[in-house]
This record gives sequence, structure tokens and C-alpha cells, in this order.
Amino acid sequence: MSTTTVTAPRARLASYSRTFLDRHSSMMPTFAALLIFIALLIGAEMHFGNFLTPLNMSALLLNYAYLLILAVGMTFVIITGGIDLSVGSVMAFTGISCAKLLGEGYSAAVVIPAILLGGAAIGLLIGVLVQYFDVQPFIASLAGLFLARGLAFVVSLSSIRVENESVLWLQTTRWRFGEWYITPTGILALSVAAIGAFVLAFTRFGRTVYAVGGNEQSARLMGLNVARTKVLVYVISGVCGGLAGLVLTAYSGAGYPRNGIGTELDVIAAVVIGGTLLTGGTGYVLGSVIGVLVFATINTIIAYEGAEQAWTRIIIGLMLLMFIVVQRVIVVRSERRR
Amino acid sequence: MHAETEVAPLVEMRGITIQFPGVLALDHVDFCLRAGEVHSIMGENGAGKSTLIKALTGVYSIDSGTILVGGEERVFGSTADAQAAGISTVYQEVNLCTNLSVGENVMLGHEPRNLRGIDWRATHREAARYLADLGVHLDTHTLLSSHSIAIQQLVAISRAMVLDSRVLILDEPTSSLDRDEVDQLFAVVRDLRAKGVAIIFISHFLDQVYEISDRITVLRNGQLVGEYCAQDLPRADLVTKMIGKVLEELDDIATSAERTIDRSAAPLLRATGIGKRGVLSPADLDVYDGEVVGIAGLLGSGRTELVRLVYGADRADAGHFELHGEPAKLTSPRHAIDHRIAFSSENRREEGIIADLTVGENIALGIQARRGWLRKLRGAEYDAVVAEYIAALGVRPADPNRLAGTLSGGNQQKVLLARWLATAPELIILDEPTRGIDVGAKADIQRKVAELSHQGLSVIFISSELEEVLRLAQRVVVMRDRHQIGVLDSSDVDVDGLIDYMANQGDAQSEGSVA
Amino acid sequence: MTRLMKHRLFWPVFSLLALIVINTIARPQFIKITMRDGEFYGALIDILRNCAPLMLVALGMTLVIATRGIDLSVGAVMAVSGAVTLTIIDGSSSPGSTSTVLVAILAGIGVSLVLGLWNGFLVAVLDIQPIIATLVLMLAGRGVALLITDGFITTVNSEPLNFVATGYLFALPFALFIWLAAAAAIAIVERRTALGVLTEAVGINPEASRLAGVRSRGIILGAYVASGTLAGIAGIIYSSNIRAADANAAGDLIELYAILAVVLGGTSLMGGKFTIAGTVIGVLIIQTLDSTILFLGVSSAQSPVFFAIVVVIVVLIQSPRVHQWGRALTGGFRTRPGTEVRNDAEVTA
Repeated sequence: MSTTTVTAPRARLASYSRTFLDRHSSMMPTFAALLIFIALLIGAEMHFGNFLTPLNMSALLLNYAYLLILAVGMTFVIITGGIDLSVGSVMAFTGISCAKLLGEGYSAAVVIPAILLGGAAIGLLIGVLVQYFDVQPFIASLAGLFLARGLAFVVSLSSIRVENESVLWLQTTRWRFGEWYITPTGILALSVAAIGAFVLAFTRFGRTVYAVGGNEQSARLMGLNVARTKVLVYVISGVCGGLAGLVLTAYSGAGYPRNGIGTELDVIAAVVIGGTLLTGGTGYVLGSVIGVLVFATINTIIAYEGAEQAWTRIIIGLMLLMFIVVQRVIVVRSERRR
Repeated sequence: MHAETEVAPLVEMRGITIQFPGVLALDHVDFCLRAGEVHSIMGENGAGKSTLIKALTGVYSIDSGTILVGGEERVFGSTADAQAAGISTVYQEVNLCTNLSVGENVMLGHEPRNLRGIDWRATHREAARYLADLGVHLDTHTLLSSHSIAIQQLVAISRAMVLDSRVLILDEPTSSLDRDEVDQLFAVVRDLRAKGVAIIFISHFLDQVYEISDRITVLRNGQLVGEYCAQDLPRADLVTKMIGKVLEELDDIATSAERTIDRSAAPLLRATGIGKRGVLSPADLDVYDGEVVGIAGLLGSGRTELVRLVYGADRADAGHFELHGEPAKLTSPRHAIDHRIAFSSENRREEGIIADLTVGENIALGIQARRGWLRKLRGAEYDAVVAEYIAALGVRPADPNRLAGTLSGGNQQKVLLARWLATAPELIILDEPTRGIDVGAKADIQRKVAELSHQGLSVIFISSELEEVLRLAQRVVVMRDRHQIGVLDSSDVDVDGLIDYMANQGDAQSEGSVA
Repeated sequence: MTRLMKHRLFWPVFSLLALIVINTIARPQFIKITMRDGEFYGALIDILRNCAPLMLVALGMTLVIATRGIDLSVGAVMAVSGAVTLTIIDGSSSPGSTSTVLVAILAGIGVSLVLGLWNGFLVAVLDIQPIIATLVLMLAGRGVALLITDGFITTVNSEPLNFVATGYLFALPFALFIWLAAAAAIAIVERRTALGVLTEAVGINPEASRLAGVRSRGIILGAYVASGTLAGIAGIIYSSNIRAADANAAGDLIELYAILAVVLGGTSLMGGKFTIAGTVIGVLIIQTLDSTILFLGVSSAQSPVFFAIVVVIVVLIQSPRVHQWGRALTGGFRTRPGTEVRNDAEVTA
């Protein structure tokens, strides 16, 4: 090294920070997303003066519980290096099925497992196509998208109101803590995130997800069960789609076959903004939670401002651009270092 | 020390046959591995070494034959099966996950768990213990990608130990290691051997094979040549067994080495102090008209890196170039091609041939790229160029409409040569043009190189086969550890001398500054 | 016969003919073409007319896919170009004049060209994965279109504009001539110049092409520019057809149908070898299928189910595993694990 002439304390600081970076470099994008989230909140509060209220913050979770659930499933898929375009349609399909079945008098105890199974089945189809028939995830999940969307319209061409008490309870119940409140759907979403985070960090399956995304060939040669893992992540994403369908149906008090058109893009954007690399191998559920919160906050700010909702898409697009360019720079840098 | 025949074999492969489309990759090969031995499998590229290993580890299924492990017949459907039976492999391009930590790579799939799932503290403690057993002490929390290939290889071996492997396969483990790292690896290997692990060692480096092996099995063209005790098999015999009758066939090629080159005019190419941080220390290179300059050095010595900088495939961050005495910029392949420099990569499949285009399209590609997309080479002109070069290089089959990917390695190499010769270059850089191709094609290509240089073409020629380098080149640039350690006149040195020079010369330089 | 069957266009053409035959049997008037006021009408003519936007988008997509890329932003580009064109016409004092419409159309196409250039810049210069790079515009594009139209559906009544999608020329729909011209122009440029073979080289092996001196950056950039421009024209045809700029509905899901058309036509998603004729047939298959589904009395909203089944069948036919099963059935080869790694056996052996 020709740079050993730096003064000692600085060198030590540098070495500490390097150790930290060596250990946690994959978390940097998530930290960045967190900073952006905080900056957004502070900026909005300074601008509006009445933004950072418990009511507003509670509403973030209430309004975007479905997106959070979808993002958790998508995180699994993207970490393996795949992508799932079907989530918005699966949510619509399971949502309308839920409303339809409840309308026909089935009890929620039957309907909820049934729609989760429906979501899982579509996920399984995608996973099998990807793993056993070498279909690109993009195309396989595209088939899933078409299938689920079509099936949603097969179930019903128009929206169906839900009058089932227990499903509506998910949304109407407000547990209050002072001015803060949370609904059962919010708790559901947070639980999904917590379970997702736990599975990824503390189970062998979760670690295999990362290994597959890092280098599938290696993972196979290391004797890990790659096939099962790859199929399972799509099933997980499908189940999350089913749960999101339930939550959205409860939220809007109705099932609607047009729900969630383009939602897959919002989900992917939220996951990427949260620091998960689309190339696979790196990412955190916590990051995706932050990504969803960033998305939700931008939406809320724009609603507050009374501006065109179109800005949301543009800002999210620009943010996505910023993130992928930064990620690209990091990759180029690390390639150069080797 | 040496395991003798009374020890029951740990692995016995009998009559293994594997058929690939169009190729008999293994033809009734027997192989026997005993506990506590290091057993080298030797053979040229394409001899079937990797195929045999992959048959043993369940990557390929065998067409006929039996595999016995510990006396029991086994059929492995996957790597996982083989690992469960105690057979682990460490590959040349380390097959671990660089996006995960060192500790995780060691323990992945075998992490200690408690009620709350994976116990990370115990995982890293265990990993550190396994690594320490191999004499490696490092922070297991760091990302694998932040460590050298040597360390990654030791991590892979620790992983094999976690799996409680009885058989450890090391497939070209030393090709990108420096001498100290090889020593460290060999210390580990000897230690494991003493513990009764059976080790299969595959390497191109004869010295290392003799240094570490107890026993050697030689394969040639998918067939078993024989199994020998390393100490009873002289080197020359081993080489002969590996390559068969090759040497005689190549002898008739005119040695161009003795040709005198006119060095009075400015050289065609003069590179001064070109280098790239972390890739190559500054090196110099002169090539005169009609001269063949060889580059000798092991894989990873910087030989490929040097020519890639000359060609602009990678961008040099130091030094400058002169062409015919004029300063020139060579920062991209386009610049090089505009200056009539051609480059045939060692990585034929990934950086050379366009597999799904036809032979004709592949040959015409070089000219076409020069002409630009608007002026398409077509009709009679195209046919004439393609036919001329297919004939000149003897591409077989001589069908311009065949997909290039379906040709044998040697013929693909000829197509590449044809592509570049068709552009009428002044200097052609050939990186390992004869690797992994059959003897006939090898002789053809050597003959062509000699012939072209007689006609005034300048050539930079890289090959792992030093005889080939000495036979063709007038001067040899010697590389080691990404440094240029000297330039020799090929008439002053023979193969052994060159090996000695590569191994021992210039230690002083390489100790000092690191690029 | 077997040689005919081996031709890469055999299955696409066969599927298209089969669809037409089935339709004709189910409803004989399908094949009937009538002449009215010197203009042809009929179900087949409708298919040829209505497929124009998808055709243009799919042609551009073919070029992008040939370079190993993908362009997800085509639908958004359609929305933007429609919005630009109609907003200009709407704002002008003489919406009915041909020159106004021409200027507006050129502006719309110009904007799409720039958007294509942007995608190309991200992919070719910044080296960002195509799916991700074009996702940016896919997300942001519709937002931009909504801003241009102020969030409303801009309706315009302008004769020259209407002519683009619904007008007739030489007894045939004008839109048919647009896509025929585009397909012919692309086919001629790709095959008469070296662009086609250089594009394939870049798509099959980018690194080898670079080392062979191919200016891959320019070729990739060009493919995205072409895709953007064609999507822009498609957007104008779409708007002309509904006589409005609908930023939300324009080109919705069209990227997916376009990709499906390209794959149906026999161009691999892995890049490399491409066929313009195949894509044309692929689009016609999709359009005919759409018309069939409609005829069956299925709501158009439900038609995705059929397309899902088509996608699954097509990818299964292309899948190596199914090929293996096919071979196993016809005798000879046994299936075995790890066959997919076999291809590189020669290099590693």
C-alpha cells in the first residue's frame, strides 16, 4: 500500500469504518432509503406544519397495508434474482373471489384459507414454470398476471360489496393508543413483515434464498435445495397476494376485478427503493417496509399538496432511477476494486 | 505414508462411460481412490478429467459403469447426494456465494439452530473454528467477496470439512494462487491427508502435482491410460502418456525462432510502461515487423492482462503506445482495429465465437465491423472472402452456412483466426490459440502462424505450452504475478531454462511494490 | 415436408392458419370480405386494421429483444405521444387542418424518439439492466402523459387525425399501410445492410462482438430509439382510433402482448436471431385470437385467461425439458439430471 502515510487516528477511523463497510455494505441502500424517508417526513412537516401527526402516520399503515404485504412477498422473489409481475392481478383475483364467496354465504373461516390457497396455486404455477421448465421469471409471472386478471373477471365483471362482519371487522376496528391507532389489517401487515424478516434472517430456507440470488450454480454445488427454494418463493409471493386481496377487500368493503392494475410496478419500485438489488442476492424485508413507507409518504404529500396524482408516478420513477444509477455505480466501483 | 493396496479403496469407479451428443467423453474408465492419499488425475484438455469428477459428484449421470463408495454401490442424482455421502468438491472458480459472509459460506445449510432459528453467534463461532483448523484466522462476518481467491478456496475447503467429507476434490485449485498461497494450501492438504481424507487433485502444473501427489491416474481422449505411483513415474513419461504421439507430429513445423528480425526501423508497436492498477504492473513491449513475440507465464501471471491492455479490451491507466514511431491512443478495441491490430481471446466461447451465427458470418464479422453497418459485405464478395479463408485455414467441415457453435474447438479457433486475417491486420494477438484443441488443428494453427510471420505479419503469441512459444517466437516476454520479469531471446533458452526463469528470476522485483 | 416443418416460421404460420380455419368453420362470415363504397370490409380487414398499434410496438420490441434487451416502457410512450399530439391539436386554432395535424404528429413522434433515446442511454451507456432501465419510464411515463393532458381525457375532433386510424387508402385501411411500411422498412434496413447481422451478433454474444470491433453501443441505442419511435406512432394511431388521448388506458398491457407476439413469432427472449416476418405473424395470431375470443361471447376483460394459456403453451413448447420428453417419447435418449449443464461440457472437460 502506498497510502500508509496517513496519520494514525485517521487511519484507525478509516479502518473501523472499513470493517463496518465490509460487514454491512449490503445494508447501505436500506440506510439510504431510511434517510430519504426521514427527510421526506421532516420536509413535509416543515412545509405543511401539520403533517407529522399521529393520525397521518397511522393512516399510512392503514392505507398501504396491502402494498406492504405484497412487498414482503416480492422481496423474497427478487432476492432470488427473480421477479413476480402477477402480484397485482393475484390480489384482484383473490379479492373478488373473497367478496363473491362471502356473498354466497360461505363463512370467513372457509373463504380466507381458500383464497390464500388460490394465490398459492398461481404462485406454484409460476414457480414450476421458472424452475422446471426454464422459463424466465418475467415471462412466467406474466402468464400468472394474465391468468389471475382474467380469472378475476371470470369471477365477476363488476364490483361486489362485502357485508361479512368478520372481514369488515379487519378494517373498521381501531385500537387506539392516544391519538395513534391501528387496525387488524395493519397488525396483519406488520406480522407478515416480521415473519418475512425472521424467515429470511433466521432460517436455512431464508439463507438459501440469498445463496440462490448470489450464485445459483454455486448454491446447487453447495448441496442446497435450489429447486424447492425457487418454487417456494413464488408460492410465498402468491400467498402474500392472497392476503393482500383480503386486506384490500376489507379496506374498500368490496371486491373489484380492476383492483391492482399496475400495482406490481409500485411494489417493485418500493422494494428496490428499500435497497433490494434487482440482480438478486441482497435485500431486506425491513428495507421493503421502508420502501413502502417512502412510497406511501410521497403519495400522501401529493394528496396534501392537492397536486396532480400523476406526480406520484413521476417522482417514484425518478427515485427508482436514482437508486438504480447509484447501485450501478457501487457495482462498477466494486468490480474495479477487484 | 503411501497408502498401499491392502487398504480397501474408499471410492471405486468401474467401467464408467459417459456419452455426450457426438462425443464419447468417458470410455470405460476405472478409477480407484484410497483413504489418506492425494491422487492426481492428469490429462490434456478434453481428456475427461472434469467429466470423471462430475460423474463422481453427481453432476452428470453415467451411461454405464458403477460407483462404489466405501464398498457400497451408489448412484448420485445430485451434488447434494454426493455431499451426503462425504464427497465434496472445490472448484477452480470457487463455487461459493460472494454476496454472503465468510462464516455463512462455511456453514450454509448446516447452521446451528436454536428455538429462535439460526443461532448466528454459534454459526460464526463454528465457522471460525473450522477455518482455524486450516490455519485461517479472519473476521467471519466479512463478505466473502472482500477476500482473495486463495482465502475463498480455503473457505470452500472448510465447508467440505463441515460436511464431514471423506473425499475432497480439488479441481485446479492453484491456477490463480501465488507461491505462498500454494504453500498454505498444500500444508492444509497434507494435514487433511494425515487425518485420512482422500484427496483428488487436478492441476496443470506438473511441479505441484509431483510435490503433493502419492498416486497419478492419467486419462487421454476419454480413456484410461493407467494408474501410477507418483515416485515411480518420471516427468517425461507422464507428459508422453498425457499427450501421446503429439510431439513427433509437431516436429516438422519449421522453427521460426531462428529467423532474424530487422530491428533497425521503428517497431510496429512500442508499449512503454503500460499498466492498470490492481491488474498489471507497468510493462514494456516492442513488436517489430514480421516478428513473433511470445509471452510466457502461468495462467493469471498477467500475460492475458497485458495483451488486453494493448488491444484496448481493458483500458490502461498508465503508460503510452507508439505505432511505427508515432504516438497512438489504444483505449478501445475500435482504436486497435483501426490501427490494424487484431486480438483473438483465450476465452473462445465467451469472447470469440458468436455461436448462433454461421461460420461465414463469423468470418465476415471482423470486416463488417470495420466497414460499418451501412456497407454490407454481400453476394459474391462475401462468398469469395468466406471461401478463401475457410480454405486457407482448413476449417472443417468447410460449410460456410453451418452454425459456428457446432464446430469443434479447433475449428472454432480457425474461424476466429480467419475472421482476423480477413481484416488484413499488421499485428495479431493470439491468446492461447491452441488450448483445448486436437493435435491436428494445433499443428495447423502453428504452421499458419509461422507462415504468416514469414510473410511479414507481426504476432504476439501466448501459450501455456512453452515449447510452442519457443518454437514460434523470436523473443519471449516472461510474466509472473502480474509483473513483467524479463524479455529473453528464444535462441538463448530451452524449455527447462524458461521454466526456471519463470520460477526463479526477478524475485527481487516482485517482493517490492505491488500494483 | 419435414424440411418445411423445420422452418422456423412453420409453427407460427400453421397456428395462424389453424385459427383462421377454426373461425371460418365456426362462423363462415369470418372469411367474407365485402366491398362497400369502394372500400373493403370484413372480419379479416378489421384484424389487419386493429392490429396496427400492437404491430408497431412488437416490431420495435423485436429489435430490442434481438439485442438481449426488453422495453417495458412502450405503453407509457404510447400514452405520452398520444397526449402530446392531441394536446397540440386541441390547443391549436384550426384542429381540422392537415398541417396542424402533421406538426402535432411529428411532435408526438419526436418526443417518443427522445424517450427511446433515454432508454437506450440507460441501457447502452450506463449499462443498466434493460428490465430495470425501462421500468423507470414505464412508471414515470404515464405520469408525464397525465400532466400533459391535465389529468383529463383530451377528446379531439379532427378529420385528418381520424383518418390515421379509420381512413381508407386504395380500398384498404390506412393503418394497414402504416404497419406494412414499418415492417418493410425494418426488414429492408436489417437485411440489406449489415445492421441485422450485427444486431444478432451483439444479442448472441455482446463481449465477443465488442472484441470483434462491433459498435454495440450504437446498435443497442438504435434499437431502443426505434422501439420508442414506433411506440410513439402506435400511440397516435390509438388516440386517433378513440379520438382521444387517454393517458391511463393507452397502451395498457401492450408491452406484454408485444413480447408475447415476438415470442410467438419465433424470436427467442434470450436475444440474437430475430425474425420480422415471425413477429408480423405473431401479432396477427394475437389479434385473430382476440377476435375469436370476442366472438365466443367471452367478455374482453376475461380474455387474458386465454392469453395466459397461450403463453404457457408457447413457453412449454420452447422449454428444453419438454424437448427432452419429446425425444424420450420418440425413443433413443434417456432423460437425466444435470443435462442443462451439459452444453459446456466441452469447455470444462
